[in-house]
Amino acid sequence: MINSLKGLWVTLVSTVNGLRQPVTQQYPQTGTFWKRVDTPTPVKDRFMGFPGLTWDGKIDEPYCTGCMVCIRNCPTLCMSATMKDNPAHEEGHSHRRKIVDSFEINLNRCILCGICVEVCNFDAIAMTHEHELSNFARNAARMDLPALLELGQDFQDKTGWIPPNERAKKAKEDEIENGDGVDNPEPAPENAELEQA
Amino acid sequence: MAEERAQQSSSPVAGAEPVEMLLNMGPQHPSTHGVFRMVLWVDGEKIVDLEPHIGYLHRGSEKLCEGEQYNQVITLFDRMDYIANFNNEMAYCMAVEKLMGLEVPERAEYARVILCELNRIASHLLFVATMGLDAGAMTPSMFCFRGRERIQSLFEAVSGARMMHNYFRIGGLKEDLPENFNQLLTDLLPLIHEDVEESDKLLTFNEIFLARLKDVGVMSAEDAIDFGFTGPCLRASGVNYDLRKAMPYSVYDRFDFDVPLGLDGDSWDRHYVRVQEMYESLKIIQQALEQMPEGNVASSLGRRLVRPPKGEVFMRAENPRGDFGVYLVSDGTDKPYRVKIRPPSFCNLSAIKHLLKGIWLADSVVVLGSLDIVLGEVDR
Repeated sequence: MINSLKGLWVTLVSTVNGLRQPVTQQYPQTGTFWKRVDTPTPVKDRFMGFPGLTWDGKIDEPYCTGCMVCIRNCPTLCMSATMKDNPAHEEGHSHRRKIVDSFEINLNRCILCGICVEVCNFDAIAMTHEHELSNFARNAARMDLPALLELGQDFQDKTGWIPPNERAKKAKEDEIENGDGVDNPEPAPENAELEQA
Repeated sequence: MAEERAQQSSSPVAGAEPVEMLLNMGPQHPSTHGVFRMVLWVDGEKIVDLEPHIGYLHRGSEKLCEGEQYNQVITLFDRMDYIANFNNEMAYCMAVEKLMGLEVPERAEYARVILCELNRIASHLLFVATMGLDAGAMTPSMFCFRGRERIQSLFEAVSGARMMHNYFRIGGLKEDLPENFNQLLTDLLPLIHEDVEESDKLLTFNEIFLARLKDVGVMSAEDAIDFGFTGPCLRASGVNYDLRKAMPYSVYDRFDFDVPLGLDGDSWDRHYVRVQEMYESLKIIQQALEQMPEGNVASSLGRRLVRPPKGEVFMRAENPRGDFGVYLVSDGTDKPYRVKIRPPSFCNLSAIKHLLKGIWLADSVVVLGSLDIVLGEVDR
């Protein structure tokens, strides 16, 4: 009897507690219960959405050289790419001898693991914050080069993306300026073995 | 109580011959926790015999591992026990590290322990939620899911994904924890404690809940050992066996925590042991957060390809569901030659026939729920 009353008391307390602002949100809407906004659900900074190709604004060309490292390392084999000689390099605008010619990712197969970003040596691919790409056609999620670049550019504009290589370089310079951690062991030859694989 | 029930006549007409009926439960049944199917022979409301059917979620993960490089295999381990992803990743990474003799940076070890224990709490919260639903309590599940959501949003801040993290690497972590991680976690811990306590208060000693779970599906300590029970299911039967204490891996030997044990080995004990484990996990996280050093988390391998020497290795880790074992054979190439997994859910599920024979049909749902199976791991 006393136990039952105790149980009822706990339930009552929880009910009263439950009358606060709801935790659940209607899917496309965010904001409070009284004031709802039709913006997509916010994601965290590190959120891994679909991969997109980044754009080098300085030279006005994609970072990607079509070196196929990401394609060889993709666990689901969802990408393909080809490379070509870079015309801008012959004219002397660009330091990239080769440039991506075509690139395709089947986003239906992508498992958003982020391995492609990790292995890329040229900062050419990034996990964007895009995660709402449902559609009706079976092949509509196959993204070609312009679509991927658009995804990537959109991500760059929204988040102020800094290429990881540049960020690492900057961090290292800062460390040297501060005078500590100079003897940080540099990770061994970049992808030396990957290239052979 | 179960014996009393069993003595009552179950046949519709007194003195009539018992009539057996075949009942198919699952694979699309909300109480089978995934795609698990049981064919039950029932006499009235009593289960006479049953046959479990598994394999509806079989994806051939073990075979798929043989076609992937060592780093890519982590993505497959994320999808084995999809409620406790970090724990699976940890078991696999430890296996490869053991094979290669790799040292993991101190900070990475602590980060792993914190994330694994958080994942254990998230997993147990989900268990409490579904246990309540199985017994007919709707409210606690809402509170539990709120707590789990909080943990998952921390995971998103750390690894970039709520469930399929792919964050642990062989010999370290993918990247350092976010800068405000300590702050995030310190803010989160009291909230989780609140959530756990609230669901505990609402459910554990509830009269109806006790009546449904106490003395239902009793597993004696000897039987539990014989059936290969591990994890909370084994400890509920009173066997003090926790890998984190019995053979400490990672940095678990540096923390002070207790191993909760059950008395009777019934469904309620299996529930209560898990509730208590959540409090212990919170203790571990608190200590790990205080002890966590600064420093490097990256693997000493750098970005080189993982190529373990020829050999084989077996490594176990204490997952929320029990003893998760990884057996790995390497032939010296960049892909594993063979990966065999010892899934705790599968071994715990193997006792289902023993547990359900002779009890009421309505209790079968509760007993199955108390084993806390994840079909992604049972079928692989």
